[in-house]
Amino acid sequence: MTTEHLPEHPDFLWRNPDPKKSYDAVIVGGGGHGLATAYYLAKNHGMTNIAILEKGWLAGGNMARNTTIIRSNYLWDESAAIYEHALKLWEILPEELEYDFLFSQRGVMNLAHTLGDVRESVRRVGANKLNGVDAEWLDPQQVKELCPILNINDNIRYPVMGATYQPRAGIAKHDHVAWAFARKCDELGVDIIQNCEVTGFVKDGNKVVGVKTNRGTINTEKVGLCAAGHSSVLAEMAGFRLPIQSHPLQALVSELHEPVHPTVVMSNHVHVYVSQAHKGELVMGAGVDSYNGYGQRGSFHVIEHQMAAAVELFPIFARAHVLRTWGGIVDTTLDASPIVGTTPVENMFVNCGWGTGGFKGTPAAGLTFAHTIATGEPHKLNKPFALERFETGALIDEHGAAAVAH
Amino acid sequence: MLLIPCPNCGPRDETEFHYGGQAHVAYPENPAELTDREWAEYLFYRDNTKGAFAERWLHSTGCRQWFNMLRDTVTYDIQAVYPMGQPRPDKENTATGTTAPTVTTPVSPEGAIK
Ligand SMILES: Cc1cc2nc3c(=O)[nH]c(=O)nc-3n(C[C@H](O)[C@H](O)[C@H](O)COP(=O)(O)OP(=O)(O)OC[C@H]3O[C@@H](n4cnc5c(N)ncnc54)[C@H](O)[C@@H]3O)c2cc1C
Ligand SMILES: [Zn+2]
Repeated sequence: MTTEHLPEHPDFLWRNPDPKKSYDAVIVGGGGHGLATAYYLAKNHGMTNIAILEKGWLAGGNMARNTTIIRSNYLWDESAAIYEHALKLWEILPEELEYDFLFSQRGVMNLAHTLGDVRESVRRVGANKLNGVDAEWLDPQQVKELCPILNINDNIRYPVMGATYQPRAGIAKHDHVAWAFARKCDELGVDIIQNCEVTGFVKDGNKVVGVKTNRGTINTEKVGLCAAGHSSVLAEMAGFRLPIQSHPLQALVSELHEPVHPTVVMSNHVHVYVSQAHKGELVMGAGVDSYNGYGQRGSFHVIEHQMAAAVELFPIFARAHVLRTWGGIVDTTLDASPIVGTTPVENMFVNCGWGTGGFKGTPAAGLTFAHTIATGEPHKLNKPFALERFETGALIDEHGAAAVAH
Repeated sequence: MLLIPCPNCGPRDETEFHYGGQAHVAYPENPAELTDREWAEYLFYRDNTKGAFAERWLHSTGCRQWFNMLRDTVTYDIQAVYPMGQPRPDKENTATGTTAPTVTTPVSPEGAIK
């Protein structure tokens, strides 16, 4: 074959500019949250002289490693408010970004396997309804009707005792979401600078005035950290601490199969969550590895544990083959809720702690974080998620709704 | 899966152990006198080092003893194990976690510490 037969290279979705000497704001991290933040800074606050600095390639972190579950059925008012706002944004974003990133509202089921699970789930359904979040409690028979391949028999270690169900929840194609935001950011004038690692900060007293990178020093009035698993490393460079522990979180996909799985099924108790991607792969997530790690890989026994649970719940998966497994580094907090707000350093802001479940929050994280950066004050949705809550004790404990799963 | 050299039992699979997080965090001497900030630091703030990290492990299905381990959080390479209460073997002052470790309790290639 000669080069004559090769198709034209498709248009690039964004430029690859060199960094300018100075910006009005710099966002560290080119994952979903960094991109969404830059988008809303430009769109809602008219800040277009801004840059996203990404040490690797766009969305090469957790953004394109997650299992893409989107839902808003969290327990507490503060969480329901921000995640439900995110879900409403997901519903309009394909049109707004002019990009069909395959947001599929196929529903999400959270299985209950113990009496404790059942009580927690029924309580959460009630709380969700009061907060205007669509939620239902399903008995095992209804679970089976919605997802016929699920085993609801008593012959397994933890039989299915019911499930919460959120019909508006679902999945989207994560890399396309990143590209959709990136294209719009670029159109609005945002510089997306890849292969640009932040290595330190320039401060004037307690105020940040610039970032040091492997491509030179860049002056800036404001810095927004969106570095997910590396948030602590950046905070340390800036001279403050975060209550974050970074852990590997793993996922895997099977080979392509005919469509067999109509919804998304999650089980905190037996540590597995499963959906079927549009192409046909079964996408499954595991729990976090117990140890702190930055290696973007975890231990195999975690995958084994997850597969054992998957095969019990879905006997037809027994003959499916694993195609590949991978890990990302997630930034966990002790109350399983994110941190979005100001920092002890003037003009530096932080968005982190979304841990195992921040893909679904991407649009709301971007919207509220942009507001915080532009105005210096939190948006009402992210106000409860300030760093100060660890001192005041006003924690937002979402372990029931978030724990292992997403 | 990590192969962890228990100081009492020798190398064993990670599944026999329980992780205990950052080592060398002492209970405050006068908890009643701490400010909210200091109490928050004690309760919620732990180092999240990228590199050599001193951490606690419990051999829960073996000798059931706690011990400390120095492990690289990027390569997951285990550099030393040492008893609880002993200072970190790789540095005189335990302040930061960034210098390259000089291991005083070496781990043999098989991972056994005798
Ligand atoms: C296996 C797995 C499954 C998951 N499943 C789900 C799910 O189903 N649903 C859900 O809602 N969430 C899920 N999550 C969580 C979700 O992926 C994250 O919460 C979210 O992606 C974090 O935001 P982000 O996209 O901005 O992070 P990232 O994409 O990780 O972005 C951070 C970026 O910062 C960059 N960076 C770091 N340090 C520097 C530096 N010094 N200089 C410049 N750049 C730097 C990194 O390279 C990275 O690209 C999952 C995560 C994993 C790992
Ligand atoms: Zn032992």
